[in-house]
Amino acid sequence: MMMGQNRPMIEISGLRKSFLLHNQGAARIDVLDDAQLSVAPGECVALTGASGAGKSTLMRMIYGNYLAAGGRIMVGEVDVASAEPREILALRRNTLGYVSQFLRVVPRVPTVDVVAEPLLRVGEEEATARDAAKEILAKVNLPERLWSLSPTTFSGGEQQRVNVARGFIHPYPAMLLDEPTASLDGTNREVVLGLIRAAKARGAAIVGIFHDEDARDQVCDREIDVTEFVPQRGAA
Amino acid sequence: MTPLLAVRNISKSYGSIIGCADVSFDLYPGEVMGVVGESGSGKSTLLSCLAGHLEADAGEVIFDTRVDGPKDTLKMSEPERRMLGRTDWAFVHQSARDGLRMGVSAGGNVGERLMAVGARHYGDIRAKAIDWLGRVEISETRVDDRPTTFSGGMQQRLQIARNLVTGPRLVFMDEPTGGLDVSVQARLLDLLRGLVRDMNLSAIIVTHDLAVVRLLADRLMVMKDGHVVETGLTDQVLDDPQHAYTQLLVSSVLQV
Repeated sequence: MMMGQNRPMIEISGLRKSFLLHNQGAARIDVLDDAQLSVAPGECVALTGASGAGKSTLMRMIYGNYLAAGGRIMVGEVDVASAEPREILALRRNTLGYVSQFLRVVPRVPTVDVVAEPLLRVGEEEATARDAAKEILAKVNLPERLWSLSPTTFSGGEQQRVNVARGFIHPYPAMLLDEPTASLDGTNREVVLGLIRAAKARGAAIVGIFHDEDARDQVCDREIDVTEFVPQRGAA
Repeated sequence: MTPLLAVRNISKSYGSIIGCADVSFDLYPGEVMGVVGESGSGKSTLLSCLAGHLEADAGEVIFDTRVDGPKDTLKMSEPERRMLGRTDWAFVHQSARDGLRMGVSAGGNVGERLMAVGARHYGDIRAKAIDWLGRVEISETRVDDRPTTFSGGMQQRLQIARNLVTGPRLVFMDEPTGGLDVSVQARLLDLLRGLVRDMNLSAIIVTHDLAVVRLLADRLMVMKDGHVVETGLTDQVLDDPQHAYTQLLVSSVLQV
C-alpha cells in the first residue's frame, strides 16, 4: 500500500454508540463498542458486515450526523465526536465529502445549481461553479435536458448520479461513500468507479459501503468488518 | 473568533407563566440557527427578547457592534438600539403586513430603510430599491405598486428586500415561510439560502416546521415549556435526537 508513513486522514478509536428510545419504553440499543478505523490519504476502506451490523451508523458518525457516545473520530485535525457544530460545518464544507443514498434538496432548484452548491459554499464564483457542475454532470452521463430541472422527480439512478456529481465536484481530502454505485447500470458504474480511483490518486482518504462486491474489489484497498464492533451481549 | 451574538441566561415570565428560561447560546458570523418547538414553547418570546421587541426579565444579549465591539444590547439606550435595528439587525415577521408599510409603494418600502440610514439621493435610492426587488424576483414594473396588490409570497419577498437592503449582519426571522403555499415556500427557501450564503448573514429562525430548518439552518435549538431541551447540528438533532421531547417531535412529522 502507498504512503506508509503518512498520517491517517481519518482515525477512529474507542468509538461507542447506543440509541435510547425514550418513547418506546426507553429501549436502549447498543450498536457499536470500541470501534477502530484508520484511513490514510489515497486509501479506500470498505465497511462490511451484515445488514444492521452498523455500517451506515459508523459512516453517519464520521460525518457528525449521529452523535458519538464516547471515543474519538479524527478527520484531519477535527475530532468530530466532540467538535462544535460550526467546526463540523467547516469540516463538511472544506474537508469531508459525503455521497449518501438519499437526495435532500430544496424543491424546484435546478440540478445544475444543486451540484454547484458545494463550490459556492467554499467561495467559488457562480459561473465557474456552474461550469464545473455541467462538466461533472456530463461525465456521469446525466442527459443535458435534465440539468435545468429539479432532481426531485428523477429516477433512482439519475438521483444517484446527481448525488455523486455533488459529492465529487469539490476535491475533498476525505470522502464517505454510501453505496455510490447501487442503482447504476454498467456504464455509469464504471464512471463512478473511475471517479473514486481519481479521488484516491489525488490523495483522498475514502470510507465506503459497497454491496456490489466487484466494485468493492476494484477500488478498495482493505475491508473492515463492522461486526467486530457490535457490543457483546453481556450476561443479563 | 468573536461570536456575533452571545446570549446569556435570557429569561422572561408573564406573571407566573414562564415565557423562556435561562437561554444561552453563541451565534457566529455566517451561522443560521433554527429554534423549533410547539406553540407555547417560548420560541417566539425568546426571539422578541433577543430582538428587543420585548423586555427580558434577566440576561444579556451581547452583539459584536462594528464600532465598539461586543455590547449588551439590553443595556443600550433606546436610540442606540433603534439604530441597530435599522442597520445591522433585521427582523422578518411571519406576516408581511407587520413588516411592511402597506400604504407605501414597493419601492418606497425598500427605499425607506435606506433613508433611515441617511441615503438622500432620490435616483440612488430608487436604483437600489429596483436592484433589490430584482434580487427577490419582483419585477421592476411593480416598483410603484403598493404591497396590498401583491400576493402573499411577493409580500414576503418584499419584506425580505426591505430588511436586507441596508446590508444587515444579523437577521431575526419569525416563521418566514408560515402561511405560504408550499410551492411559494420552496422558492423563498432557495432565495434565503442564497442570500445567507452570498451576504454571509447570520440568522435566527423561529419555526415549527422541521423541514424548513433542515434546509435552512446549520444549527438547531429545541425548546419546550420555555426551556432549551436540546441543541446541535441540525441534521444531527433531527436524525439522532437525544431528548425524549425531540424524539417525539421528530417522529410526529407526517410523511408525504
